[in-house]
Amino acid sequence: MKRIYLDHAATTAVDREVVQTMMPYFTETYGNASSLHSFGRDARNALHSSRQTVADALGAHANEIIFTSGGTESDNLALKGVGKGHIITSSIEHPAILSTCKYLEDHGCGVTYVPVDSDGMVDPGDVESAITDDTTLISVMHANNEIGTIQPIGKIDSIAKDHGILFHTDAVQSFGKTEIDVQKMNIDLLSISSHKIYGPKGVGALYIRKGVKIEPLIHGGGHEMGMRASTENIPGIIGFAKAASLAVERFEQDTRHLTGLRDMLIAGVMDSIDDVILNGHLTERLPNNANLRFAFVEGESLLMHLDMKGIAVSTGSACSSASLDPSHVLLALGLAPEDIHGSIRFTLGRENTESEIKYVLEVLPEIVGKLRAISPLAGG
Amino acid sequence: MDYSEKVLDHFANPRNIGEISDADGVGTVGNPTCGDMTTVYIRVKDGRITDIKFKTFGCAAAIATASMTTELALGKTLDEALAIGRNDVADALDGLPPVKMHCSNLAADALHAAIEACMAK
Repeated sequence: MKRIYLDHAATTAVDREVVQTMMPYFTETYGNASSLHSFGRDARNALHSSRQTVADALGAHANEIIFTSGGTESDNLALKGVGKGHIITSSIEHPAILSTCKYLEDHGCGVTYVPVDSDGMVDPGDVESAITDDTTLISVMHANNEIGTIQPIGKIDSIAKDHGILFHTDAVQSFGKTEIDVQKMNIDLLSISSHKIYGPKGVGALYIRKGVKIEPLIHGGGHEMGMRASTENIPGIIGFAKAASLAVERFEQDTRHLTGLRDMLIAGVMDSIDDVILNGHLTERLPNNANLRFAFVEGESLLMHLDMKGIAVSTGSACSSASLDPSHVLLALGLAPEDIHGSIRFTLGRENTESEIKYVLEVLPEIVGKLRAISPLAGG
Repeated sequence: MDYSEKVLDHFANPRNIGEISDADGVGTVGNPTCGDMTTVYIRVKDGRITDIKFKTFGCAAAIATASMTTELALGKTLDEALAIGRNDVADALDGLPPVKMHCSNLAADALHAAIEACMAK
């Protein structure tokens, strides 16, 4: 059976070019970047050039990039690194932010979670009115992982700057898919991850604007300018940098390709299936995200049927998660629980093709029809 | 959290789907807010379930357990069918992921509600 991967917000395949670039760093250039000898120098050079590449992709300086183990660590470092006073964030952040905020609340910080509208958009006015004398940090994600809504961070960062408050954004989903320039955007801290952009897992970065002082999480040998001890994961970092440079190189091509497939998928589903609604913002949306809700059916059943046809998607349905809690993002949009249960996320990737989307559009109406036929909600 | 082959089979090819228009007993358990809702219809002759149908809104486990419950109940006396419990359904499906055990409750409860509705007539 052919398999079609439409879950790129979860993770991506590593680009073959990236793998090839990484290979020599396992067996040939394997030195410790802290060593003084030639092996160390080679690793150090690789580390420096990778740092420059990732910095270039963000419009940053190389010494503003701290390599981490991934997006979650970057978010933890940003939030716990500031770690005092009052933090403002949104109600639809990734658990890497929300759980860290809960931890900080347990350790004496105040946190305000600003709501979103029915499209998943934060109102910058809400952020501004949440500011108190104690506010140290505003953290609002750039693009949401479930519904793909792109936040107006260009307004929120200005508010932060005007009040002399640090601004962090979790750009794990948007990096490589939207233009990011940390200088133009007044961003102080920004989290990115490698495995969402066709790089290897286990590596990410935190951009820390020059002059911004935060506390490290991991103490040890003074790596990463004292901000993140531990011998650098050189093969991972090399792969991440290669993936980042490919993302920059292919940006326009990728955006055109993904937007085309996404719109074909959304229009095709709407044409062939009744009672379907698009979750999230119509235009301020990642080019690869289509989050659709199908009335009268339950998301995990849809996911399992699609899986049986070789199609991999994701759902905000409670029933697909170990916790049985429905998606906090879809709840924050004000959706009724039964609508959340019927929501499916398709996230497209560079390698997806029109014929794959056609196949999805071929099988999906039948699956939805089958589930609606046995649903007591579908009115016979 | 992987499903057994039997769960997947009953999910992909559910048995006894539908409604019985003049059923002797109908039981509905769950609600769409929770993401799980099952209705069971039974026809009873001489104290035995001679026909049974169901409709489910829910996850793969909810659909599979409802399907299996109707198979277990068909042909049984009302007392025998009342004795079908959540573990019987889960066992017949070669087990359910722990987080999905409540689904087997739903199907058995809907069956019991249909039987009680029939007995109350």
